[in-house]
Parts: sequence; C-alpha cells; structure tokens
Amino acid sequence: MSKLTRKRKSVSYAKWGYIFLIPFFATFAVFTLIPLVKTFYYSFFEYYFEGGLKAVGPNFVGIQNFVDIFTRYDLLKFISNTAVMWLIGFVPQLVISMLLAVWFTDLTLKIKGQAFFKTVIYLPNMIMASAFAMLFFALFSDRGPVNSVLNSVGIDSVRFLSYTGTVRGLVGSMNFMMWFGNTTIILMAGVMGIDNSMFEAAQIDGANAWDTFWRITVPMIKPILSYMLITSMIGGLQMFDVPQILTNGVGNPNRESMTLIMLLNNYISKSKNYGMGGALSVILFVITAVISMFMFNYLNKDSRQMQKQRQLASMKGGNK
Amino acid sequence: MKKLISALLIAAMMLSLCAVAFADEGTVLNIFVWNDEWKTRFTDYYTVPEGVTVNWIEEPNAENNYQNKLDAALQAQDSAPADKKVDIFLVEADYAVKYMDLAYDIADLGITAEDIADMYQYTLDIMTDAEGKIKGLSWQACPAGLIYRRDLALEVLGTDDPETVQEMLCDWESFEAVAEMMADAGIKMVSGYDDTYRTFTDNMSTSWVVDGKIQKDAAVEAWIAQTKKFTENGWNNGTKLWDPDWSADMAHDSKVFCYFGPAWFFDYSMGAGTAGDWAVCEGPVGFSWGGTWICAAKGTDNEALVADIIKTMTIDKDVLTTIVKEKSDFTNSVSVMEGFANDPAFGDAFLGGQNYVSVLLANAQNINRAKSTMYDQTCTEQIQNAMHDYFNGIVDLDTAWNNFYTVMLEKHPELSF
Repeated sequence: MSKLTRKRKSVSYAKWGYIFLIPFFATFAVFTLIPLVKTFYYSFFEYYFEGGLKAVGPNFVGIQNFVDIFTRYDLLKFISNTAVMWLIGFVPQLVISMLLAVWFTDLTLKIKGQAFFKTVIYLPNMIMASAFAMLFFALFSDRGPVNSVLNSVGIDSVRFLSYTGTVRGLVGSMNFMMWFGNTTIILMAGVMGIDNSMFEAAQIDGANAWDTFWRITVPMIKPILSYMLITSMIGGLQMFDVPQILTNGVGNPNRESMTLIMLLNNYISKSKNYGMGGALSVILFVITAVISMFMFNYLNKDSRQMQKQRQLASMKGGNK
Repeated sequence: MKKLISALLIAAMMLSLCAVAFADEGTVLNIFVWNDEWKTRFTDYYTVPEGVTVNWIEEPNAENNYQNKLDAALQAQDSAPADKKVDIFLVEADYAVKYMDLAYDIADLGITAEDIADMYQYTLDIMTDAEGKIKGLSWQACPAGLIYRRDLALEVLGTDDPETVQEMLCDWESFEAVAEMMADAGIKMVSGYDDTYRTFTDNMSTSWVVDGKIQKDAAVEAWIAQTKKFTENGWNNGTKLWDPDWSADMAHDSKVFCYFGPAWFFDYSMGAGTAGDWAVCEGPVGFSWGGTWICAAKGTDNEALVADIIKTMTIDKDVLTTIVKEKSDFTNSVSVMEGFANDPAFGDAFLGGQNYVSVLLANAQNINRAKSTMYDQTCTEQIQNAMHDYFNGIVDLDTAWNNFYTVMLEKHPELSF
C-alpha cells in the first residue's frame, strides 16, 4: 500500500509541459536564437560581398568594426537623428493620448459616440507605414496638393522634402498619427483600472481636475506609462519604413533624417556587409537592453518600496 | 480500348515531333527583367516554341532590388531544379561588369564574329571581359541628344527646326545664353538638377573608381558647377530625376524647354509628354545613356533556345528593323540604322515626324564606354542625392562631397577616397 502511494506521488506530468513547449523553443532557436548568436559572431569579422557577388572574408578583425562604426561611419549622428525624430513623434503622442484617455474615461463628461472616435483615432494604425509614407510623399511634394492649397490662399510653396526641419517634422507627425490611437486605448485601459472611489474621494475633498490628474491618475497609471515609454522607445530605435520611403532611402537633407536601421539597410542592401551590419545590430541590442533594464529596475524599485513599507507597517502592528 | 491507347500514342508522338528542335531542354524559361521594355519586344517579335512557358521575373530596379534578387537567384543556380534556373537575365551598362563571370560567352552559344560585325562597337566593348570574351548582346544602341519642345523653341528662338536649334545650342556657352532667353520668357531651360548629368559623366576622363579609390573627375565637378549656377539663376525647376514632378514637367502645358536622352528615353520614358510637341537635336555635347544587354545565364537548361532568342532579338535585321519602325528605338545594327537615317520617309510621330536616326547616327559611332565600372550605378545615384542638398543650399560643397563618400563606403566597404 505504502509502496503504491509513493509510486503515485512520483508520477510527474511536468514532462508534458516540456514536450508542449518544444515547438516554441524550436522555432525560437531557429528564427531568433541562432541568428542572434550569429549576429554577435559576425560582428567581429570582416565579411561582405564585393558588389553583392564576390565574398570577402570572413576574416577575424576583433573590435575593428565597432571602432569603424564610430570613426569611419559617424554612428552618433544617426543615433541623434533617430532620437530627435522619435521625440518629435512621441511628445505630442503622449500629451494627446493622455488627454483623450482622461476625457474618454471621465464619467462626468459623458462623451457620446466614444466607439466611433476610438475607431477613427485607431484607423491610421491600420494603414501600412510605407503606404502612409508614400501618401505623405505625394501630398507634400514640391508641387503636391498641400502646396496647391497653400498657393491658393496666397502662400508661397514650401519645399517640404528639401529641409531638415520639415522632413523630420513630417516623419514625426506620421509616427504620431499612426500611434496615438493605439496609445490612447492602452492608457484608457490604465485609467479605467483605477478604482472610481478614488476619484470620488478626491472630488469630495475638493480637488480640481488638474490636481486629480496629477495626484491620482498619473501615479496610478505609472506602470502603464512606463510600458508605453519602453515600447515606444524600442519602436523608435527601429524606425525605418517611414523615413526610408519618404526620403527615397537617402535620409536627406544632409543625411539628417537617416535612422539607425536605414544605416543598417545601407550596409546590407548592396554589399551584404554582415560584419558592419552585425556590429550595428549588436550596438542596437545593447542600447535596447540598457534602456529596458533601466526602466524595469525603476519600475520594480517602486513596487519593492511599497512592499517594504507594507512589511514595516505590519511589523509595527498597525493595519490590523 | 486498344483504339484509344493507339490514338493517345499517336497524339503523343505528334506532340513530341512539334517540340523536336529544343526537345532535350527544359520547358520553363526564366527571364529576369526590371521593367517591361524588353518584355514587350520579346512577346511581339519572338515566337516561343510550343511546350515552353516563359516565366518573367520582373523585379523593380529601385533600392538595388533587381540586382539583389538576381544575385540570390544566380548564387542558387547550381542547386536549383531545372525549371527554376535562371535562363536569361538583363543588365544595364552601369553594373554590367559585375555579372561578367555569370554569363555565357556568346561564342559558346554559336554566335560568330561575323554575326556581330554589324553591331556598334561600344555595345560589345561594354560586355567584353578581361579575357576578351563577349558576355552579352544588346538590341539597342544609346546615342543621346537634346529633346526640346517645338512650341517653346518657336516662341523664344523663332524656329523649331532641329538644325537651326542645334546651331543655337552647339556648346555649353550658347546653351546658357539660350537658358537666359528662356528665363526672360518665363520658361525653365531644364526640369531639374540631374538632367544634364549624363552629358558630363559620359565624357569623364577617368573611371568612377580606379584601384578601389573613388575619383573626383573634372566632368562631374563641371556638372555640379553648372547645375548650381542654373539653380541660383532659376533656370531649372528644382526637380529630381524620375520624380513625379520631373515627369509632370513634360506635360503640354508646362514651361520646361528640354530634356536629355537617347531613343529609349523618348520612346519609353516620356509618357507624360504629348506626341508632336518634341524634336531632337544633338545638343551641346555628344553623349550616350544606358542600354540594356541580354545575357545567357551560366547553368541554363535551355541553352539552344536562349541562343536562338539572343540571335533573333539582337542580330536578326528584320526584327531590328521592325523594332525601329514600331517602337521608335535605336537598334544595334549600323547598316539598319544607316538605312533609316537616309530614308526621308522615316519619322517618329512623338517627335513631330522627325527622323531622329539621322540626328543621332554620327554620335553612335563615337560612344566609348571603356571606363565603366561596377560601381557606376551607386556613384550616379549617390552623387546626385548628395549634390541635391548643395543645390538646395542646405550644405556647402565639401559637406556634400563628404556625404557622398560616406554613403559610398557604407554601400561598398572595399572602396576608399
């Protein structure tokens, strides 16, 4: 009897868990892990195809690719280009989305036709980024519809695609238009997660809308805000299709709308330069990892502190 | 039942008889092209033997896409199944050198020196590899001229006769003088920044790249200086080559005087222009632009058929004559073109009935493309991109050159400057 019980106790279903996980890990290994390892590996090699056909290397060159990317190729310029264009899109996105999220969730406002507005603001996200960029390219070309409208009200044509400020502005506003609907919906979920009694309590205490927003809404949705910040930042680092299409892959004027991934595309598209491409990808990986870790720690610090306070409180015997 | 079987057998035998010429070859012909220019010529003038399907792989040129797709296909050529092997691919002058090792020597296809004796020499030079073997043939030659608007010439110059207009535009000085006259009449001389580019670079004294080093040729600098001057004086419309605004300037109601290009330019790329509006003259300097060569891919499973196609489409004088008549091309046969040049009845409707062959004929013999490298396409694209900023007044000349060098190194790490 006792033998039987012990045997039954040792029956484990865990192996089925592992078996069912195999498909995921196999796909992950083939499509993510192996390429990732290879990218790191090739970043230490000189390895490209002359004119796209004649292989050169792979020759081990140590960290030469990483030195080159900062000295010969001026990586910092493209990092700052990417950061500036991301900020131009992100800041208005945050402000407008926040405003819309608060308005849509505010029970006292009772906005009608919410479903309609939510659909409309989300719509730009459904368009392919490249199609969107093509549209803007046509709209804002030197003799495009926008300039015709300007001319008809007596304003001289603006060569939108020839100046750094306007090109960056267009890229930023496209990213803003594509993503603010998505962000609004995420933030709304955050705001709706706040217990309504908090707002009521604040109201009873005589807080105005401004105070309620900064003292209750913002602190309560901090985790969602951070999540949004991280995903948007990583998305920003990978910015490619919009500026690529809008500037015909050139990143002009003066290469100031050229992003990091457009640089990667330059390495890969003609000479299949796996060495430099690898080095750039590794740098991107490190930047992304650092940003994510920083944000993750920052978030966890808050919750850890709260936990500690709770522990302290219970040790003192309060909160019973 | 027996009757049915015998009927089937007979049918099968008859079918195999029909296909006897290319019987031991594959049934799918894979052809790589970047647009439908040659595709329409092929479908119009070549009869594909029964049982063979032609699979057109049309990959747009932009962003190096065509070459990338072609590279991948050619690199997989040995391992690909017979029906997937590349049989024919087309190349342009700007990168033809790159594919020399991957194409058949035309002598191996049974094409003799006699067959190609009538072709323009430069079309052979461009496809001749280091060992003197010819790796591809073209049906067209690309001597280019200045294509101008007849009505605007009449308005400002008082005549639209190509010979008189040519006298007024015979060198760059007079070209600029006319530009000034045009400007006074509210007409732009050229549409954009890159229009005269080929007239300069086709007459460069060095190659773009020599021993891995990017060169700064005086001809390129002359183009930059001229275009800057034209931009500052408002003699161009500030457009970029192939942009919609640039094409729109060809329209009947626009005020842009001239474009530069060879026969393929006005027969294929000037769709936005109105037939009868235009005429062609030699322009300030003789030059050539572009051209398409047909290569037989090594490893093809349709060798005899491919050889026959190349022969028919580039050597057969009847076909070349028909192409001139129906497509207004300038074909690669000295005798055929001389015949057209001396034919007073020949004319092109787009050019108001003008015989463009007689205008371009002399120039065709002078084309020299010995300086081609496989970097020409990237250099051309990138110098234009980099200089647009300079013309727009965004950067100074040194910065523009630096931007050009940097992007060249990104795309071709083996180069230096």
